[in-house]
Amino acid sequence: MAWRGNEKVNAINPSILTLILLLPLAGAGLVMLLPDRGKLPAWITLFISLITFGLTLHLPAYFALGQHGFQFEINKPWIDSPAIFYHVGVDGLSLWLVVLVGLLAPVGVLASWNAIKERRKIYYALFLVQQTAMFGVFISLDLMLYYGFWELSLVPMAILIAMYGRKDGPKAAIKFFLFTFIPSAPLLVAILWLYARTGSFNFSDLQVLIASGSLPATPLAWVALAFLLAFAVKVPVFPLHGWLADTFSEAPVALAMVVAGKLGLYSMLRFHVGLFPDQARAIAPLLIALAVIGILYGACLALVQRDFWRLLAFAALSHLSLITLGIYGLTFTGWNGAIYQILNHETIDASLFVLLGVLEIRYATSQIASYGGLANKIPRTATLFVITSLAMIGLPMLSSFVGEFLILSSTFTGVSRGLAIAATLGVILSAAYMLWLVQRIFYGPQGALAASRPPDDLRIGESAVLWPLAVLMLVMGLAPSLWMRTIENRVSAIHIHQEGQR
Amino acid sequence: MTGSLHLWLIPLLPFAGFLINGLLGRRLPKALVTAVALLASLGSFGVVLINVFSMLGSIHMPASLPVVETFGTWINTGALHIDFSFVLDQLSIIMLLVVTGVGFLIHIYSVGYMAHEEGYWRFFAYMNLFMFFMTVLVLAGNALLMFVGWEGVGLASYLLIGFYFQRTSAADAGKKAFIVNRIGDFGFLIGLFLLLANFGTLTFSEISAKLAANPAWTGGVLTAIALCLLLGAAGKSAQLPLYVWLPDAMEGPTPVSALIHAATMVTAGVYMIARTHTLFDRSPFALGVVAIVGAATALFAATIGLVQNDIKRVLAYSTISQLGYMFLGCGVAAYSAAIFHLMTHAFFKALLFLAAGSVIHAMGGEQDLRKMGGLRNKIPITFWTMTAAVLAIAGFFPFAGFFSKDAILYEAFQHGGSGKVLWFVGVVTALLTSFYMFRLWYLAFTGESRSHDVRPHESPWSMLGPLSLLALLSVVGGWIGIDRFGSFLAPVLGEVGNSATAPGGKQLDIMLSIIAVAVALIGWFIADRLYRQKPDSPARIAAALPTGYSVLVHKYYVDEIYAMTIVRPLLFMSKYFLEWVVDVGLLGGAAWMLAGSATLSGAILQRWQSGNLRSYAAWLAVGAAALLVFVFVPWSTVLANFGIHLGMAGQ
Repeated sequence: MAWRGNEKVNAINPSILTLILLLPLAGAGLVMLLPDRGKLPAWITLFISLITFGLTLHLPAYFALGQHGFQFEINKPWIDSPAIFYHVGVDGLSLWLVVLVGLLAPVGVLASWNAIKERRKIYYALFLVQQTAMFGVFISLDLMLYYGFWELSLVPMAILIAMYGRKDGPKAAIKFFLFTFIPSAPLLVAILWLYARTGSFNFSDLQVLIASGSLPATPLAWVALAFLLAFAVKVPVFPLHGWLADTFSEAPVALAMVVAGKLGLYSMLRFHVGLFPDQARAIAPLLIALAVIGILYGACLALVQRDFWRLLAFAALSHLSLITLGIYGLTFTGWNGAIYQILNHETIDASLFVLLGVLEIRYATSQIASYGGLANKIPRTATLFVITSLAMIGLPMLSSFVGEFLILSSTFTGVSRGLAIAATLGVILSAAYMLWLVQRIFYGPQGALAASRPPDDLRIGESAVLWPLAVLMLVMGLAPSLWMRTIENRVSAIHIHQEGQR
Repeated sequence: MTGSLHLWLIPLLPFAGFLINGLLGRRLPKALVTAVALLASLGSFGVVLINVFSMLGSIHMPASLPVVETFGTWINTGALHIDFSFVLDQLSIIMLLVVTGVGFLIHIYSVGYMAHEEGYWRFFAYMNLFMFFMTVLVLAGNALLMFVGWEGVGLASYLLIGFYFQRTSAADAGKKAFIVNRIGDFGFLIGLFLLLANFGTLTFSEISAKLAANPAWTGGVLTAIALCLLLGAAGKSAQLPLYVWLPDAMEGPTPVSALIHAATMVTAGVYMIARTHTLFDRSPFALGVVAIVGAATALFAATIGLVQNDIKRVLAYSTISQLGYMFLGCGVAAYSAAIFHLMTHAFFKALLFLAAGSVIHAMGGEQDLRKMGGLRNKIPITFWTMTAAVLAIAGFFPFAGFFSKDAILYEAFQHGGSGKVLWFVGVVTALLTSFYMFRLWYLAFTGESRSHDVRPHESPWSMLGPLSLLALLSVVGGWIGIDRFGSFLAPVLGEVGNSATAPGGKQLDIMLSIIAVAVALIGWFIADRLYRQKPDSPARIAAALPTGYSVLVHKYYVDEIYAMTIVRPLLFMSKYFLEWVVDVGLLGGAAWMLAGSATLSGAILQRWQSGNLRSYAAWLAVGAAALLVFVFVPWSTVLANFGIHLGMAGQ
């Protein structure tokens, strides 16, 4: 309330989302206009992404707790026919995801700093376009607008994978393309069908209309399924993860860290369960089963990977499946845990991507067996790697634990005891594959690879990214309420309210 | 109770020490690192002492406990509400005194022991970190906060076992400890979920209150909860079947073995069962399992201890065995006796490890008992302190171990018909314990030196000081007696069967004590025959019983069995079935089958490989144009042509 008098800051409330959305795009234009000289594009991108991050922090600072509905909302007609509105806004669900995109942008720039050495201009321009696309996905409340950003988020990714692939970029790009573009087509058809039946792309209107039961049930079930399919591939949900490992090992680090997870998971929460609660409830048992399989399957495969990017991919499959479990458990606490866990997972994964990127730049291989005994050589890298790994395996006091505990306990109490127990087995396996990875890279006698280079620990830029992320993991583990209060303040699906009313 | 006890200082001081040494220690002078680490642990001990003394001075003491201090909310969402709250009661007082007191002594000892090690600062940072988590574990007012400390001490243990991380065996041991503990923690977590589902809270006092309000509630789900918690306790306290990590944990520096893997962390399982005893009390079945696990572990580990040649491994198996006694005590609902043994064991086992460290120090790093011998006169102070500890663990009157072991055995004997069996197992274990401890004692200190290239020297006073204090505690630590100890803990753990008041109790108690001491004497006698009078006889016995000896030396092949039945099948299945058959074969195949129809798009995409910047830009432009088409095409008209009319609903 102390801020209420601050008229100047309040004045930008109505346009803050537009600013956040367009600034990276404007930055992309600037990068394209200026010459591709040295690190100029990188500096511009860093500058833009820092400002954007600062702007995203405005949202939680001025978010009104206890106020229902979307905030910072803008709803202006854009195109008359079809009736597409520039309709954006955030609630407790999307608020922190927007901040997360803002946070990971400078992280991504610094992760690319030494990794991207050629064609910087196109790289950073596409990187910024990707930012706009992700912001757009999280704030769009008009389905057509949302779809535009959803597609836009796939394009720079596919191009960059093809261009900057480490070994076999084009093949990975094709895989990524086939897996993600193709399911987007039914999504578009489904959105258009909804528009054809209702004349609206407006999220809130559609939510009410669908809940009223005025739409025919059978086509609606197919529509819901089309939505789900597009999202499930993007998460990915087992068994639709075929693209993940290749993309993780081929995509530039800065993009790989954002490609999986949040876009798909958010879309599930908002546009699948949020729009089609009955249909989601009907299909939830299937998704819960797939999620539990994914948790164990991903963890088992992570155990036997020889390449650390692939290990990270299967670990991500396991952790993302846990979040999927939280979503389709359809409990209030499970949703809180799932949303919180998206934030945790993405920050931890970003940190791991940067760290593994550091190793790959230095030692030019991602084969785990080549490593060994690096802890003495690069102790700061080792320290941060251990902290991040501990956060990832859900050590209490670090971030993941809270989210995992909320998801697993709500699954146990509200969904299925047997499945919760099976999912909890992932706890053991995650410790196994991560600690084994730590051991094989950093412990033991120094291998030939470690001896081949002079000590080359974290540089300033890398430390500047990694330490704040590590501190964030600690704070998120100790004081989840800072986030949880706003996360609970969301526009939820109509059928999910009851359990949470206490 | 007036005023705050500032319980938060107890864990926070070591945490501050961890942060200072962990972040800056690399650059700080060694003396400063030492000062920070010692002050942090001393400060923590000091706060505990001040609180205890201020209470002893107060006549209201029994009424004023427990003291609950809450420092804020940790998790508050949905129906779940978890506070950062600490509880000081009789049980946590005992534990805190042991943890911070023995912990501080071991910190002092480490200054001498670790003086020449690389990574001195790192060692003390981890030790302080351990103290932080251990005190959180002990003080926690709810099970989730206890779980924080629980996993946290596991982390500290992992870091310290793997302290010499360049050694593959050390790194392996650290990882093994963490993963095996995680198996236990899995049980703990399921137990927490069950508590939430059935009690709606994780706060210990609320759980106890709900149980007290429903006296008829027994068995069933309570048994399930208790067994889940037992799995957690078995992991942390190295009981069957999860004990396998503790012998390997001896890869860590010896002070770590003393502090974490003997005196404090490994007793957390016993503490946890005592803390949640109201649950266990409602499930005779679960208690029976606790007792059987404890008795079986005690005997099992003692048999392995008979033939180990690494001085620290003998002590490791001895620790497992003694923890088995404590579980046995819990299993017969003699929680006070278990905690009593926990305390005395902390004294004499910490002493045994520290003295062993002094021996190893004197021997220039040698840990093999077969290469020692004749050290008695060369390191006399170590010898005498070690002797006190050996007598204490063997259970000789009036050393500390006598009183606590006696208390457990008495309670077991009184525990119905099956109690007699448990008692018998305990007595046999006492015989074995006495034997293997005196075996160690004879091998290390008597006879001729079997290693000629080392010049043993006595350790510095920073090491001998803690040894002497612990030796004193190993002698007098049990004199308080189980009756007074039990009545102090009674407000938390309930009344214990008092041998003085039970009919015929006194005579029975004395008789059982005599049997226990007699058995210990027999163990000593056998060790004396085999290792002093006829030093060649052990080899002959081993040769006469090749199978039995080999099974013991290989520790019943348990590690090998686990590798064959769990680890390797899991890796094999993951690699060959899940990855190759399912992921690459089935799922990959299916994806490409589906994509077969899309080869056209694949062919188009091949153009991306051209590496021509313009073509990428062109593709981007095409994509953008496609988007614009979506946006600007008058869809209503188009759709109308397909017979779909807009505005049928809504608006």
